[in-house]
This record gives sequence, C-alpha cells and structure tokens, in this order.
Amino acid sequence: MSTATPAQPTATPETGTARVKRGMAEMLKGGVIMDVVTPEQAKIAEDAGAVAVMALERVPADIRAEGGVSRMSDPDMIEGIINAVSIPVMAKARIGHFVEAQVLQALGVDYIDESEVLTPADYENHIDKWAFTVPFVCGATNLGEALRRITEGAAMIRSKGEAGTGDVSNATTHMRRLRQDIRRLGALPEDELFVAAKELQAPYELVKEVATAGKLPVVLFTAGGIATPADAAMMMQLGAEGVFVGSGIFKSGDPAKRAEAIVKATTFYDDPDVIAKVSRGLGEAMVGINVSTLQDSDRLAGRGW
Amino acid sequence: MAAVPTIGVLALQGDVREHRRALESCGASTESVRRPEELERVDAIVIPGGESTTMWRLARTFELLEPLRKRIEQGMPAYGSCAGMIMLADRISDGAEGQETIGGIDMLVRRNAFGRQVDSFEEDIHVTGLDAPYHAVFIRAPWVESVGGDAEVLGRAESGDAAGRIVAVRQGHLLATSFHPELTGDARIHRLFLDMVKGTQ
Repeated sequence: MSTATPAQPTATPETGTARVKRGMAEMLKGGVIMDVVTPEQAKIAEDAGAVAVMALERVPADIRAEGGVSRMSDPDMIEGIINAVSIPVMAKARIGHFVEAQVLQALGVDYIDESEVLTPADYENHIDKWAFTVPFVCGATNLGEALRRITEGAAMIRSKGEAGTGDVSNATTHMRRLRQDIRRLGALPEDELFVAAKELQAPYELVKEVATAGKLPVVLFTAGGIATPADAAMMMQLGAEGVFVGSGIFKSGDPAKRAEAIVKATTFYDDPDVIAKVSRGLGEAMVGINVSTLQDSDRLAGRGW
Repeated sequence: MAAVPTIGVLALQGDVREHRRALESCGASTESVRRPEELERVDAIVIPGGESTTMWRLARTFELLEPLRKRIEQGMPAYGSCAGMIMLADRISDGAEGQETIGGIDMLVRRNAFGRQVDSFEEDIHVTGLDAPYHAVFIRAPWVESVGGDAEVLGRAESGDAAGRIVAVRQGHLLATSFHPELTGDARIHRLFLDMVKGTQ
C-alpha cells in the first residue's frame, strides 16, 4: 500500500538524534516561550498558555540594570521550576560554557539556550552541541551566524534582537536580514553558491540545502525586545515560527494578562481584529530602553560570532 | 460532502505545516483550522503535535472545544499525533490543573509518560494495517495507559524500559499515535487515516 522506504531496523531506542532535537523545536512552533526566574513566574506562564519557559537567573532588563557577570541559573531554582510546571523547561548557558551545559543536561532541562544575554565564557569557541543529548537553541543576527551555529549542532535558531530593552527594532532587523539572506541564496545560480558559502563562513552543503529549501533546516524563532501582542504578531508576519519573550512579560504591569494576550496574538498573528481585542486593558508595558541610545559595549547582540 | 474530502489541521499551535505537507503528499486537500467557521468547512481533522495545554487553552478561549466535540460525536474522522493523541483521549493523567480534552477515544493517556526531552527517542515499531515496520519518532511523548472496549490497539513501543506501552490506537473513525509520522517523510500513517476518511464517506 506504500511506496515509502521501509525504515532501518533499530534494536534499541535511539535518543539525542538530530531528528528528535530538531523535532522538539517543531512542536513549539506557533507558541510563546517566556523567561521566568522563579517557580511562581513559571506557573503564571504555563497558565497563560506558554509552550515552554526559559529559566534564568535574572531577566535581561535586570542584567542590564545591575551589570556584573551573568551566569547559568542556580540548580535549585531550575529544579524548582521543573517541578512547578508540566510544560518544557529551557535554561540558558553562557556562550562556550560547556560545563554549564553539562549541568543543565544533568538537571533534565528540555532545551539549552547558549545565550548572548549571559556573559560569554569563551570569546572564540561556542559549545560543541553535537556532544549533547539535550538540544540547543542559539541566537543569530544573519544567515552566516545561524549556519555556523547549526554546524556546531544547534537544533533551533532565534533572532537575537536586543534583549532587555523592550525595543523590537533589532529583532525586526535580524528577522528581515535572515529572510533577505535566504532569499538571496535562492536566487543564486548553483555555481555561485561556493563563493556564497565562503562569504557566509558556513559549510557549502548547508548553504546549498538552504538555497534549495528556501528556509533554514531548523525552526526559526524570534527574540529580543518583544513587549506587546503587536510586537509578537509583527515578528510572526516577518517569518518567525514562534516567539521568545524575555523581560516584556514580568517587567510589565500585569504579567498574567500580558502573557495570555501575547499567546493569543501569536496564534492569530495575521488577524488584526484579534490583536486589537487582546491588546486592550493590559496595563503598563515594560518601560524599556531605546536601542539607539545604547553604547556599543551595552549591546548584547554583538556577543557570539 | 464534497467529492474530494478537505482535511483540516488544527492550527492553534504545533507542527501544522508538517501534517499538511504529509497529507498533501498523499493527494489530499488541506485547510488550517483556527475558528469555528473554518471547522465547519472541513470533512476531517488532524490535531498536530505541540503543547497540549496551550492547544486546550486556545481551543477553549476561541470557542473551538465544543464544536470539535460535537463534530467528532457526529462522526467526523479525526487523527491526533502526540499532543493530538492527548486531545482525543477521554481521560488523561499528569495534565495541567483543570486540563480538558476534546475526547472521543475511550482511553487513558498519560502525558509526558516517556520522560523529558533527553528521553525522546526513535525506534521501529509494528503497526497493525501497515505492511512493514514503521520508524516512529517520540518527543516528550505520551503513552496510553489503558483502552476501553471499543478502542483497538494498533501498536506498542518495542524496546527499552517502555516496551509494551500502547502508542497507537484506533476507535472507529478516530486514530491517535504517541509518535510523529509527520516528521519522518513516511506517509503510511497519513494514508491509513485518509483511507478511514474515505471509508466514512
């Protein structure tokens, strides 16, 4: 009854394959992943309809305000969050800090964000993500960066934006840039893909795959400055497959209500009537920082390469 | 009912595109369903993989839960993978507080039963009605604790600690799998469902 190739027989269940890592991200599509720093916040996020929560020590807005070195969250806090909710729990590790990643895997987190929001632990190398059973998501500002992270084993990509600002402009720039880069590849004749790979500083096979498919081989979310339902919907219209919201929820006047509104706006991203309806009466948005006033040294998106 | 059935894919959240692609590769025509009026226009429904608590909350808020229950009671064929299996279960365990389902299949489904993401796995299983083993992908997957009289077990996990757990069930016009056939490029499960849809016409 079928023309499909019979599967290769397997004697034992295989864990940590590229397919289950990338597949996990497919299941998050159309959803909102919310930054939380306590089990209570995690519960609010789950009740609002988040598809996952991101456990971290401080939300990016506080990292910005307080300065200092920002690290992986306390294992007790992560465990508390894992026990508080039934949805997937992600957690952040510093760029290049493979032992933080080992700890997070041992704690049972479902996804690791190797994140520029924390202080980098290695200014040359990212984590070898193939070495882990748990999947990784990484930030990118353009296609070359996204493909380098995928080469290192990232199973999901998110735009970097500028975390902790509540200013969506850099997320917009990064999403548009990623789309432009992908479209440009698709328009190139095959014999120009070799040079394109060189320029993107990414492996030719991956560049060719993107040129043929017209999309990344992994799920693409957006992050960095999303603070309102309209922000989330705009990023979805720009081609994001889902949304990370960091400080935007728990730095606002009514987190529970705003969280729920952003979830609804992400599902109905192309329906202005729904977005208008859910945007009413949300109380104050996070105050935010205009990205154009930031010093270069305060910009997180420049971390990672 | 139209000559060529239209298969709706519940598009509140999850891997909607992969299901649509799999169905279309079998020659089916598909529509995404987010609103009650869109549900009225389809002949069958697929509930994708995703986060079942998110789907439940959105289905309730956007008034899809009751219409879905009603259509399924009236005989609309439905197929659910993973979160979709949870949505089609009459009873669930380890759900979020107050979590409701659409229901339809007389079974008890345990959410996240296979464990966390580090336990997600792939393996070959035998599925009743398929000619050769099926390579099944399980992602933070549920399993079926038990089925009632009318539900037929189509497949079980075959290796590891979970060997013997029920992962595929059919009850009349309803089909559910713990695993994700939409991720493998092997469309035999979708074809099985489309044959069920044709059988009800």
